[in-house]
Amino acid sequence: MLSFIARRLGLLIPTFFGITLLTFALIRLIPGDPVEVMMGERRVDPEMHAQAMERLGLNKPLPAQYMDYIGKLAQGDLGESLRSRESVWKEFTTLFPATLELAFCALIFAGVFGLLAGVIAALKRGSLFDHGVMGVSLAGYSMPIFWWGLILIMFSSVSMGWTPVSGRIDPLYDVEPVTGFMLIDTLLVGDEGSFKDAFMHLILPTIVLGTIPLAVIARMTRSSMLEVLREDYIRTARAKGLSPARVVFVHGLRNALIPVLTVFGLQVGTLLAGAVLTETIFSWPGIGKWLIEAIGARDYPVVQNGILLIACLVILVNFVVDILYGLANPRIRHQR
Amino acid sequence: MLKHAVIPFLVGAGLLAGAPAALAASNLVFCSEGSPAGFDPGQYTTGTDFDASAETIFNRLTQFERGGTAVIPGLATKWDVSEDGKTYTFHLREGVKFHTTDYFKPTREFNADDVLFTFNRMLDKDMPFRKAYPTEFPYFTDMGMDKNIAKLEKLDDHTVKFTLNEVDAAFIQNLAMSFASIQSAEYADQLLKQGKAADINQKPIGTGPFVFNRYQKDALIRYKGNKDYWKPDDVKIDNLVFAISTDASVRMQKLKRDECQVTLFPRPADIEPLKKDPKLQMPEQAGFNLGYIAYNVMDKIKGSNEPNPMAQLKVRQALDMAVNKQQIIDSVYQGAGQLAVNAMPPTQWSYDTTIKDAKYDPEKARQLLKEAGVKEGTEITLWAMPVQRPYNPNAKLMAEMLQSDWSKIGIKAKIVSYEWGEYIKRSKGGENGAMLIGWSGDNGDPDNWLGTLFGCDALEGNNFSKWCYKPYDDIIKQAKATSDQAKRTELYKQAQHIIKEQVPMTPIAHSTVYQPMSAKVKDFKISPFGLNSFYGVSVEK
Repeated sequence: MLSFIARRLGLLIPTFFGITLLTFALIRLIPGDPVEVMMGERRVDPEMHAQAMERLGLNKPLPAQYMDYIGKLAQGDLGESLRSRESVWKEFTTLFPATLELAFCALIFAGVFGLLAGVIAALKRGSLFDHGVMGVSLAGYSMPIFWWGLILIMFSSVSMGWTPVSGRIDPLYDVEPVTGFMLIDTLLVGDEGSFKDAFMHLILPTIVLGTIPLAVIARMTRSSMLEVLREDYIRTARAKGLSPARVVFVHGLRNALIPVLTVFGLQVGTLLAGAVLTETIFSWPGIGKWLIEAIGARDYPVVQNGILLIACLVILVNFVVDILYGLANPRIRHQR
Repeated sequence: MLKHAVIPFLVGAGLLAGAPAALAASNLVFCSEGSPAGFDPGQYTTGTDFDASAETIFNRLTQFERGGTAVIPGLATKWDVSEDGKTYTFHLREGVKFHTTDYFKPTREFNADDVLFTFNRMLDKDMPFRKAYPTEFPYFTDMGMDKNIAKLEKLDDHTVKFTLNEVDAAFIQNLAMSFASIQSAEYADQLLKQGKAADINQKPIGTGPFVFNRYQKDALIRYKGNKDYWKPDDVKIDNLVFAISTDASVRMQKLKRDECQVTLFPRPADIEPLKKDPKLQMPEQAGFNLGYIAYNVMDKIKGSNEPNPMAQLKVRQALDMAVNKQQIIDSVYQGAGQLAVNAMPPTQWSYDTTIKDAKYDPEKARQLLKEAGVKEGTEITLWAMPVQRPYNPNAKLMAEMLQSDWSKIGIKAKIVSYEWGEYIKRSKGGENGAMLIGWSGDNGDPDNWLGTLFGCDALEGNNFSKWCYKPYDDIIKQAKATSDQAKRTELYKQAQHIIKEQVPMTPIAHSTVYQPMSAKVKDFKISPFGLNSFYGVSVEK
């Protein structure tokens, strides 16, 4: 097992450097520098431009800039935003809880409903419910997030008045951010109204962000479950006279979960990518929105290190999933 | 039916939130369009940054009247200008208090030291504060103030004197612009001593109508009404909140639900439905902006070996009279635009109302092209912006319409577009052909249009036509160096005539600015500069 972990860890190092090089190069391939972008139609005074580029270290040749960047990374310094001049780490840690809270809720939503729908569809294979789940999940998977978000806002918020349109909480609740997780912070304040308000604000973005993972998980669970239910040991379990629930959930679902677990890991990447759009629609102050704005402003340190941090997170989650998968399935960890 | 069934259930389950406690006070939520980069106005250039700092937290020596371009006293109660127009003496307002917050408690009132600190920081690279927190002041530089202010002196605690190298008739207007917001020297000293100079950009202290309370990045900015404001009648809101919502449709939905009371930049398609909503109001104002076509007049366009047809006056005249402007206003601006005739908007003083547009006449245009020796099917490039700007909501559609207009006179326009940063960079370098671009006024001075966009000094900058015409340039330089407004008006009128004759550009439209807001909001005035100010504004309960 240890050598399996070591092999997996060894693979992380080139991945990490690959990401730094890719983000460094990609953001610089976009034309325009931060000063020019900020000035727009206005005149860019050459002296002021030169002075700013020197201050930002952008007047050096690209290899030197990359080495500076890697050197700083090695010291744990993620630099500061060119626009706000706040440290990238501070901005990330301020905004990340919002994304995490949303992604977590979306994953729970997708996991619970996806597994449930997948299992029932597998058990009732060929039924109207099965066709319904598969049809709806295909639609869910193909749904453009932006459109789906706006439709939900129009229906639930504007026409019916059930949920707020956007944001994390009514602006008139002045909740001091302590953990950055609004549900927890409102509980800490001890004001029931603000907790309920924060909860209501979470409903629509959770549904929008969770829709695609839900569809994927439902389809994956169904097909995996169908496969498992055909296995000999299930027949044996049934023959032994076990209750149908025990056969399905203990013998069936547990084994069917192995591929679903991988899908869960992969969905973390999807969720973070989806968060970019969901956050824009719902004015959700997370890292997705932050990165979009940074790309527009050519805020190199934010783009490079923001993407790096997210990539590290996705790698980490997939690493953990790999390990879990290895634990669950010895054939995997013995593969060379 | 569904609504009736579900709401009681949600309320019963305790899931519909109760009213926030802050409702007791007078609150206004503004759905703003983006996050400010920081709160030090001198460093930035966009309305988003200025709304969040200069318009709320700060004051300037002079200021623009609400909703207008006229300059009125701000932190200076009056000013004297010397005979030669090069010395300005400002008499400062007494009894003005800087904000008291949990991070700064002022021990003195506003005085000349604060003015000196503010401007010396922008002028002197070796100043200790600037060394501790190096930054550039792009707007200040762009307006040429770094080169033109020769000396700044404190005559006494409440009098300061600016000496200029050259006469600048727009100097007073420039001082009213957001970047010239007055900072507290005492606060800067405190930050410097604490080694926290960068906090000037995150924890602002000003003298303005609202006191900064908290910024939650990408979410909210909170301000409290300034109870000690020097103009107490201007502060009618206790809690002002900017709720940052980047998507225009979402902003409008929030307004409809009364989640915010004022917002901005509605999409053209939303304007009519919003106007019909009885709970809302939709004030509008002719925009202080201009969308236009700049014709590159260089003999050869950079990167091409072919002679540039637009270098010939007759070709530019032909292109100009072949543009069906009304059709563009109807389609591109969806009626929310005013047909432009001159190189500045009609609300700008010195605008010449006697100038008329060349009549839309494709036949005559063909004739002119023939006289110029331009063959049928001659190709030119037409540059179209990739982004929506306040003066042009849809440059791509506009380019397609122009392409069709010009094809009727035998000119083949090839539409070219680049990413916005690249678009500007390449066109400043002279690679553009005919180009869609525009401008929003900065300071209400005619030079900000006629000089900034068409002067010889702007060839490397905003003069996208690369048009340097000496008789014109002499006039605008003379006008800038004159302080007599009547004389200046006369000169600028002449300049407008020259532009009309020489056609370095075709003015298209001034887009109308709409500002949707709740009917409960009283006395909000749309700023011609596209800024959003909340002093003097109140909300009916």
